[in-house]
Amino acid sequence: MATEVIIHDQKDNVGVVVIEKITPKQECTCWIMENDSSTSIQSKDEIPLGHKIAMNDLNEGDTILKYGHDIGKVVKPIKKGEHVHVHNVKTKKW
Amino acid sequence: MEIPKSFLGYKRENGRAGTRNHVIILPVDDISNACAEAVSNNIKGTIALPHSYGRLQFGADLELHFRTMIGTGSNPNVAAVIVIGIEPKWTKKIVDGIAKTGKPVEGFHIERTGDIGTVMKASKKAQEFVMWASEKQREECPISDLWISVKCGESDTTSGLASNPTVGNLMDKLEPLGVHLCFGETSELTGAEKVCATRGATKEASDKFMKTWSAYNDFILKEATDDLSESQPTAGNIAGGLTTIEEKAFGNFQKIGNCKFIDVLEPAEEPKKGKGLYFMDTSSAAAECVTLQAAAGFNIHLFPTGQGNIVGNPIEPVVKLTANPLTAKSMSEHVDCDVSKILSREMNLSEAGDKLIETTLRVANGRLTCAEALGHKEFVMTKLYRSA
Repeated sequence: MATEVIIHDQKDNVGVVVIEKITPKQECTCWIMENDSSTSIQSKDEIPLGHKIAMNDLNEGDTILKYGHDIGKVVKPIKKGEHVHVHNVKTKKW
Repeated sequence: MEIPKSFLGYKRENGRAGTRNHVIILPVDDISNACAEAVSNNIKGTIALPHSYGRLQFGADLELHFRTMIGTGSNPNVAAVIVIGIEPKWTKKIVDGIAKTGKPVEGFHIERTGDIGTVMKASKKAQEFVMWASEKQREECPISDLWISVKCGESDTTSGLASNPTVGNLMDKLEPLGVHLCFGETSELTGAEKVCATRGATKEASDKFMKTWSAYNDFILKEATDDLSESQPTAGNIAGGLTTIEEKAFGNFQKIGNCKFIDVLEPAEEPKKGKGLYFMDTSSAAAECVTLQAAAGFNIHLFPTGQGNIVGNPIEPVVKLTANPLTAKSMSEHVDCDVSKILSREMNLSEAGDKLIETTLRVANGRLTCAEALGHKEFVMTKLYRSA
């Protein structure tokens, strides 16, 4: 089964692109590793291999969850299906 | 997969086993590098380990220098050692430390002789050592003689998704067989430190970890002039999709599988509590970390990479694995074990763990790693602070 996005944990609000890239409006199959279930999402941006896609709409100040854990804060609103990276998320450390 | 119970290693005088049979020329200090390199050029089959330090160090920094020098010479992957320093006293201290293993070791100092005379004397001894070592044969050793260290580098999100969990799967399968295991990278656990602390096998181990992590974090906060963007995560990490140190830390942490660490080691400290997993306080820079783990006695290293770190070590073979299909394709000469099929779901984690165990044992039995074949011999001492 073709999988374009892998999500570590059911609680996560981001997934990781695992093909060379996804293009805007692509329907992506997502595999949730933790419980071996599937979901889907439509992308809004072009996102390369290894980069993250938002699984929900996110507001400034929201916490990004990956591995079921806090990996940083949203610094610019993010829409479901958009690219999540250093332009809209920052560390809570350092 | 049934895991083999043994590998073919070199049995050493102190009961340890090596996966390699090196004769090393170890300079005590920076100014003895030229001599050490001249000896290794004269005598084929020896390796010089040049480095940048060893003068005017003091206190804990000097202790670490000696621990790294003596530990490197004592590593079971080393059959015999020539030590060369400028002065007799520190040279002798290192020779005496290595001699405790029972292996052949001899020291030479340059003052009152000069480079040329020292190279001549040391070369004669090095020739004797390398010819002696060349007759050593590999023998069957129990798998518990493997001391496996791990460190990841140029990580990206594929590291946390697949290559680091592959190492974790290997740990889960080999820990019950009595191997020694070691992970480090204190600063790269930032964000996951509280979760990592819960993986101490005892309250003492957990407390020691938090104390070690806090001290390193305080040092970073004291010295930092910016938010560390471009240092942690690195530009390579960011290109590979990692956004924050927390994300990198949770990925990093996948390498220990479900194992619990029994103790926290100082940099280059030899583990003393028997088989099992140890955490070592190290820098997260690849060559520094592997050098410290090798100096603690680890005899084979597993190195998952995302974007393609190419590090090697002169005495401890470094096995590279990647789950990034682009890295596996574009940098194939650096990849010993390709687990990129995990991402396309053509391979599961347990199959990947088995494949890595197989690769690890082949390397333990003598197969050269990519880094060895390409001549990667990064030997980088950790320095704690300025010299006096």
